[in-house]
This record gives sequence, structure tokens and C-alpha cells, in this order.
Amino acid sequence: MNLLELRGVTKSYGDVHALRDVDLCVEPGEWLSIVGPSGSGKSTMMNIVGCMDSPTAGSVVLDGVDIASMNASGLAHARRNTIGLIFQKFHLVAHLSAVENVMVAQYYHSMPDQAEALAALARVGLGERASHLPSQLSGGEQQRVCIARALINYPKLVLADEPTGNLDEANELLVLDFFRQLHADGTTLIVVTHDPEVAALGDRQIVLNHGRIVRQIDNRANARVPVALTPPGGLS
Amino acid sequence: MAVENSGASRRRMYVRMVLRSLSRRRSRVVIALLAIAIGATTLTGLISIYTDIPRQMGRELRSYGANLVVIPDGKPVIDANVLPALDAAVGDGDGDLVGRAAYRYETVTINSQPVSAAGTDLDDVRAVRPYWQVSGAWPQAGEILVGRDVADQLGLATGESVTLAWSAGKKQGSDSDSTDEFTVSGVLDTGGSEDALVILERAGLEGLTGEVGAIDVVEYSVATSADQMSAIVTRITESTPGVAASPVKRLARSETTVLATLSSLLLLVTVIVLALTMITVATTMMAVVAERRAEIGLRKALGAENRSIIGEFLGEGMALGALGGLAGGIAGLGFAQVVSLNVFSRGIATDWTLVPIAVLASVAVTAVACIVPVRRAAYIEPAIVLRGE
Repeated sequence: MNLLELRGVTKSYGDVHALRDVDLCVEPGEWLSIVGPSGSGKSTMMNIVGCMDSPTAGSVVLDGVDIASMNASGLAHARRNTIGLIFQKFHLVAHLSAVENVMVAQYYHSMPDQAEALAALARVGLGERASHLPSQLSGGEQQRVCIARALINYPKLVLADEPTGNLDEANELLVLDFFRQLHADGTTLIVVTHDPEVAALGDRQIVLNHGRIVRQIDNRANARVPVALTPPGGLS
Repeated sequence: MAVENSGASRRRMYVRMVLRSLSRRRSRVVIALLAIAIGATTLTGLISIYTDIPRQMGRELRSYGANLVVIPDGKPVIDANVLPALDAAVGDGDGDLVGRAAYRYETVTINSQPVSAAGTDLDDVRAVRPYWQVSGAWPQAGEILVGRDVADQLGLATGESVTLAWSAGKKQGSDSDSTDEFTVSGVLDTGGSEDALVILERAGLEGLTGEVGAIDVVEYSVATSADQMSAIVTRITESTPGVAASPVKRLARSETTVLATLSSLLLLVTVIVLALTMITVATTMMAVVAERRAEIGLRKALGAENRSIIGEFLGEGMALGALGGLAGGIAGLGFAQVVSLNVFSRGIATDWTLVPIAVLASVAVTAVACIVPVRRAAYIEPAIVLRGE
């Protein structure tokens, strides 16, 4: 069973079609990279998959539940229980310390647990920086706090939007190592990126242009897959 | 048990988030806090003055003289022995007794010229008639105060000795006069009927006439309302036979009008200040919420429900309201004290119950001011905000 299935998903803003009749399936444990030029529909797809927006048409089944027609409360429920978000600009709460930023995600999910949040920070190498405010952390450290926050509730799907876009090379390698580790642990990853090297780390890449998937690349098979071919796992 | 732990843990985190927001965003918080505290200061100060103004102004208006007069009723004079009972009836909780003066009037002669003399306790008179202007000194034993008209008519000046003569014949059918020597201590100039009097201690007049313990008029100066004055009059009538009490209606009406006008003016100013405070706080809170749109978007992206966002920001706003209300409430009492000292030249009663009222009012105003911007912010789309739009 696929963790995520998009069928005929279209998103329009007036006359502008951000996504056009997109079909996509993601298996549990898969690492999918989404690439494409600016305005290709990557962010729109991230927002729809991340339960922050609803499609104009089509269905989006996440973990067995169709989220396309959900109301705001249902989408919020799906976001906190199923998805971990990693942002290019980190988006940490400026007046909360690193550990408190992680605990915010616990607070909305279920129950804040400082010991667990500290352990999550320790796993990303920030055990000693837990009481620091975001302004006292480097960009790489802030991104690691963002990763710890995204993972604290053990989400089934981690969505990362240009996660290395604001990082230097050393921190980029560090973050990608975490992703590899997550992938090895069986976490499902969808990473939006401009960087071909980052995209190549995924099991599979899809290339978006003008709101359509124009190409799919199976990195595992190292072979290009024509558009509209059924991805690994099929559309079930 | 797990549910209880979860609830307690979430409550602790809620408080932690609110406190962190207040303590780590000091520059923003100070601005909001100042807006609320200034509003609470003005509000508490004005309410303090508004509630104390009748008392303050009542005392000020007492400088215009007595506002309650007691005269004999069915008897020629009032027995001086009933004065304590009258005082008790007047000062029995319905008003603030400023002063009381009892007068005995007799016609005496100076250089064979008939003059009205008033015998009274001069310390009491100074309390009841503070507007009296005396050239020279207030009289001691053996001294008299002469009114300006008497002084001019008889050519009397301060320091001169005069002989007061009283003829018992008018009352007792005797032609014998009694006389006493007095020194003029000063000249009284009021512009009123008192200028035609000779004023001396009642004991001095009683010594001259030989009639002790008789009173013609008792004047009271009471800081009180018109309703309370009616209650005082009723109490005197019921408790003391042989006297008739009546308020000086001209003064009472003026006082009532002045106090009502002042109270209305203060109430109006208080309401306007409250409205302005609300607008200021609402504007400040709107700015605070607007600059945190990205944070709200993030919290929503992490799964926060709208009601949760509203609860958090409302909690912050109400905590700010409580802090600002507390600081402003205490400052407001000081503000009222300063205003009262400068305007009325006397302190105001410090009513500490206004502080919790200021806190509650500030919390309510802040909550109302927050609810619109916070509700608006809670319904923003997280995706749009996180993209920086």
C-alpha cells in the first residue's frame, strides 16, 4: 500500500494552473526528490502533500485517508500526526530556545516531553546547544533544530523544501547524512530541491514543469522512466 | 493518569510559551505594556478622583459658610445643653462635619449707640466662616472684633478700648445698665451683614448680660449631599425637641449643581479615556500580531488548530493586560494623589480595591482588543505566510 497517492490533482489560482492533472504515488520508506524550475509547481505540490493547501480537483490519499476534501481542522490533524516539515528558511520561533522549538511540535501533537526533545537534539548533534535561541545558532544548527522538530513525533512522511538551500557545504553534507540515516531507518522522504546532487540521492526523482510531471528518474535502477509510467509500487 | 500528565504537561508548556514570549520579546512587550499601563493609570486615577470628588469639593464648598441652621422652635432660645445632642445628630455618619458655631445675639450700646453683639466661640466661627477677613487679630478674653460698618460708624480702630453697655431694662423692666471694658482686637470686613456686628466670646457676652446657656442660632457646616442633609434635618427634628433645623437651600442647591456637573464631566472624561485606551491597546496588539504572522503560520504548519492559536495569543494578551493593569492601577492611585494635592490641596483616600479592578478591566480591554487581530491571524494560510507573502 502506498503512503501517498495523488490522482488527477489540479490546482488553479484563477486562470493560472499551478498543477495539472498530476498522478503520483510514494511508497512507505521511499525517498522521492522533486525537481523543476521556479514556477513549475513544486511548492504547490509540497503544500498539497503537506496538508497546507487543498487541490482544485483530484484526490490526495495520505496514509489511507483522502485529504483533498478535508476541512481546516482535519488538515491540521493530518499535519501534526503524519507529516514532519523541514523548511529552507528553518522557520524557528525566535523567542523559544532550541529545545523549546522542538517541544512546540510535541505540544501540538500530544504531550511536551523535554527529555525526549533533548534526546532528539542530541541525535542531530545539538545536545550542548539546546538552551540557545535561534539567533545564537548558525544556519546549519538551525536547520538541525528544524530536523529534530520535524522528527520528534515520528512522522510517517518527512517533507523537506530546499533543505540545503541556505547552508554551506559542510552543513549541507551533515544534513544529507541525516536524510540518508532517516531513509535507512525506513522514513519516507519527499525532498524538493534545485540541486541535482541532492536530487540524485533519492530513490526516485520527478521533474515538474508548468504544473506537470515531465520526467521521472529511478535512481535505484539508474534509468529514465517515461512520463505516466507507473512508479515503483504502482498506483494500486 | 496518562491523560492527566498530558494535560499538566501541555499546560506547563502553554505557560512556558507565554512567559518566554513576554520575557524574550522585551522591546515589543514594553511598548504594549506601556500602552496598557498608561490606560490603567489614567483610568484608576480618574475613578479615584471621580469617587472622591464629591467629598473633596464638598469640603471646598464649605468655605462658603454654614449650610445648616438650627433655631429655637416654640421657645425663645436654645438651651446650650442640647448642643452635644445636636452635634451627635449632625455627625451621625451621614456627612463630614466641618464645623459648628453657636451664637447668642444681644443689642448692646457703645457710646450710647445701639449695636448688635454676637457672642460665640471664636474658634468655632473660624471653622464655619473661613471667609472672614480680619484686620488685626482674632479676639481673646476681654477683646472684641468689630464689623467694618460699626468701626466706621463709631470711629473705632484696632487697639482701642471700648465700653459695652447692656440694659436689662428692656427685658426685665429695670433701667440699670451693666458695662464691661473691652479692647478692639481687629476689624471684621466681610462685605455682608456681619460688618454691622460686634463679635466676642460668648462667655464675655454672658458676663455682660448675666444670662448663661442661651443660644439663638446654631450654624453647621457639613460636607454632605442634598439627600444626606435631609436625613440630618429629620434626625435633629426627631432627636431634639424645641429646635427647628433647616438647610441653607441656596447653598445646598449650588453645591448639588456644581457637584453633579463635575461628576458628569469626570465620568465623561473617564469613558473617553477608556475608549481611547481600548483603541490604543487594540492598535498595539494588531501590530504585535501582524509582526508574528510568520510564527502563526509556522505553528499552523506544525498542526496547531485555530482555537489553539487564538488561546495562545489571547493568553499573552491577557497576561500583558494583567501586568499593565497592576502597574497602571498602582500608578493611578499615585496619579490621583498628585492631582488631588495640586488641585484640592489635600490628599485623596487611597482605595486599594481599585487595583484589582484596574487589573480586571485591563485584562478585559486587552482581550477584546486582541480578539479581532488574533482571530484574523489564526485564519491565515500557513503556506502563504511561510513563503513570506
